[in-house]
Amino acid sequence: MQLITTMLLDGLSYASYLFIVSVGLTIIFGVMKILNVAHGAFYAWGAYGAAYTIGLASDNDWPDWIGFVLIFGSAILVGLILGAIIERVILRKMYHEEEVLIVLATFGIFLILEDIILLVFGVNPYFAYQPMALLGSIKMGGIIRDVYSLTLFGLAILVALGCWYGLNKTKWGKLLSVVIYDREVSLAMGINVQMVYLVTFILGATLGALGGAYIAPTISVAPGFGIDVIVLSFAVVVIGGMGSIPGALIGALMVGILRAIAVHKFPEFELFVIFGVMAVVLMIRPEGLFAPEKARRI
Amino acid sequence: MLGRTVLAGGALAAAAAAGPAIAKDTINVGIATFLSGPAAGPFGVPGRNGAELVIDAINAGTLPAPYAKAGFAGAKMNPIFVDEAGGNAKQVGEYRNLVEKRGVDAVLGYISSGTCMAVTPVAEELKKLTILSVCGTPRVFEEAQRTYVFRTQAHAVGDSIAAAHYVLDKFKDMKSYTGINQNYAWGQDSYKFFDVAMQKMAPETKASENPQFPKIFAGQYGTEISTLSLDSAKLVHTSFWGGDIEAFVLQALVRGFFNDKQVISSVGGSAVDSLGKKFPDGVVMGTRGEYGLLVRDNKEPLNAWFVEEYKKRYDAYPLGPSYQYANSVLALKIAMDAAAEKAGGFPNQEQTMAALKGLSWQSFGGKISLSLADGHQAVHPVGYGITKWDKEKGAATAVDVKFYQPECIYAPAGQNSVEWLEAGMPGAKC
Repeated sequence: MQLITTMLLDGLSYASYLFIVSVGLTIIFGVMKILNVAHGAFYAWGAYGAAYTIGLASDNDWPDWIGFVLIFGSAILVGLILGAIIERVILRKMYHEEEVLIVLATFGIFLILEDIILLVFGVNPYFAYQPMALLGSIKMGGIIRDVYSLTLFGLAILVALGCWYGLNKTKWGKLLSVVIYDREVSLAMGINVQMVYLVTFILGATLGALGGAYIAPTISVAPGFGIDVIVLSFAVVVIGGMGSIPGALIGALMVGILRAIAVHKFPEFELFVIFGVMAVVLMIRPEGLFAPEKARRI
Repeated sequence: MLGRTVLAGGALAAAAAAGPAIAKDTINVGIATFLSGPAAGPFGVPGRNGAELVIDAINAGTLPAPYAKAGFAGAKMNPIFVDEAGGNAKQVGEYRNLVEKRGVDAVLGYISSGTCMAVTPVAEELKKLTILSVCGTPRVFEEAQRTYVFRTQAHAVGDSIAAAHYVLDKFKDMKSYTGINQNYAWGQDSYKFFDVAMQKMAPETKASENPQFPKIFAGQYGTEISTLSLDSAKLVHTSFWGGDIEAFVLQALVRGFFNDKQVISSVGGSAVDSLGKKFPDGVVMGTRGEYGLLVRDNKEPLNAWFVEEYKKRYDAYPLGPSYQYANSVLALKIAMDAAAEKAGGFPNQEQTMAALKGLSWQSFGGKISLSLADGHQAVHPVGYGITKWDKEKGAATAVDVKFYQPECIYAPAGQNSVEWLEAGMPGAKC
């Protein structure tokens, strides 16, 4: 029983992490049909922003709880600035191009943003452990767990509910659904599609940055760590169906739980599990588990 | 007539090869190290700094005795640093570029074992003197005889054997062990060597059935920490480095992991400095030689000079790679100076290699001897100590430091290290 509880908690914790880092990727793909490789850079910039500002706050003896404000503040700032610049300066000029060219452009953006990190922050790691240390630990299922990682559940639920509410219960969400369904008709109906794209990209970038910023207290923020996130997020999004938020949630849960079982019982299969699940889903349902239905044009 | 011309030409060529080369004011040396990516912070940049510091001192003639004579056989070194990031194919291209286009006199460096394995055959093909500085795989010299390639760092088998010795010396009641190591050659080999050494030296100890091998740079170790926490084994071996050991320590620390488990880390020294007082006391730490944390207070003149000058210039303590790169540079200087003296002029590559072969010298981190692989592979003591934060100094220290001599932890010359280890290390003198 202890093992099952531990596996479940570990799985949910990892699934929450996966969902938070991949939801921005799926939102951008869902609306804009862009596989945004620069997502890894948003994640890295979010983490650097949080780690740098939390370090600064700590050096100036500010209370540790300020760290939580800085996490969300950094994510919003990174999303707003990078998202707006990239969408308006680069992507807006490329919407008429083939999808593969846009993917290459986002890959180029990723490389540039990674190099700027090296220029600005150097190669030495940054740490922002204060929020994690502040929340301490708790004994659950027979072993000690850090409370900060448990708050990931809450954040993941909050993000999922926020996305659901935003898409289904607001005017903006309805506009988004129309643009997803048919861009040309939306334009013809007078919807400001360019504005929808801009806001969507900023939202996706902010969620990517939030993933990095929230994870920052648990890791060593160092150059190059945004690369793996792209691969992981891509696997989750493909399993769930590209562009589907419930899909990302289910994909993250599947990968998280199965990975936890593998690590506890068959550690040599840990890496295989993530991509094994992706391969099986692609064989059975190539469009992913919850891919939004596509309208057939006549 | 033609025969006589050929003979005369051959004789001249032979004379040129045996005699000194044309004196040079400057030698160009390619130095490969990670300048970007996750290995730059813990390995690449400290390595570059160590090389840079010593090159400048040698060029200026400010190294302490017995190396105070300026230059490399009188010539100044012009280092050409190249980024080791980007994979083996890129590194082979970079190596060819250094040798064929930029015409370097020698190549130094390399951190990744994969890169060492990739550039070694190319160095042999291009016949260019190459000194490997950090990489650990024993395969470089055990799979083939090398002529142009040398390594001034001992290989990784000794690191794991020394770790097993330290555990058995200091924690006599340790009955079982497990590990968390990165899922690639370095992590897999490190744990395998440690496991075999433990089983050969203390067969009564029990290895866990669930050692962890997370992906390199995974960053999230919550599940692995849970698994290790549930494991009855009290000792946890890790060869994590850089951001991985730092993330693991941060995540494990808040969960009280270090109160329940004894962790032994073979190469996590960079985390001790980067995390400062946040790094837990009581972790067994290795540095792959007489380097870094373990010799910070060692007053031996070369080490004291290196620590002091490094700290003055870079505002940080030198790490293992700083020593490893500095030692490669120093070995080249010693060999070139000795070859120049023997040849009576500026030495050519063959003369330098002859002087380097089997060289034994006092380095910044103790005595190093190129005594394996027909004089191409170094051995030196490997030590471990226990981390302790010194409140007064405001710096990390190591206590209970113990070094294991080469004859205790390396296979005798001519023997395959892994086979020797698996045979129970016959003839080891500890």
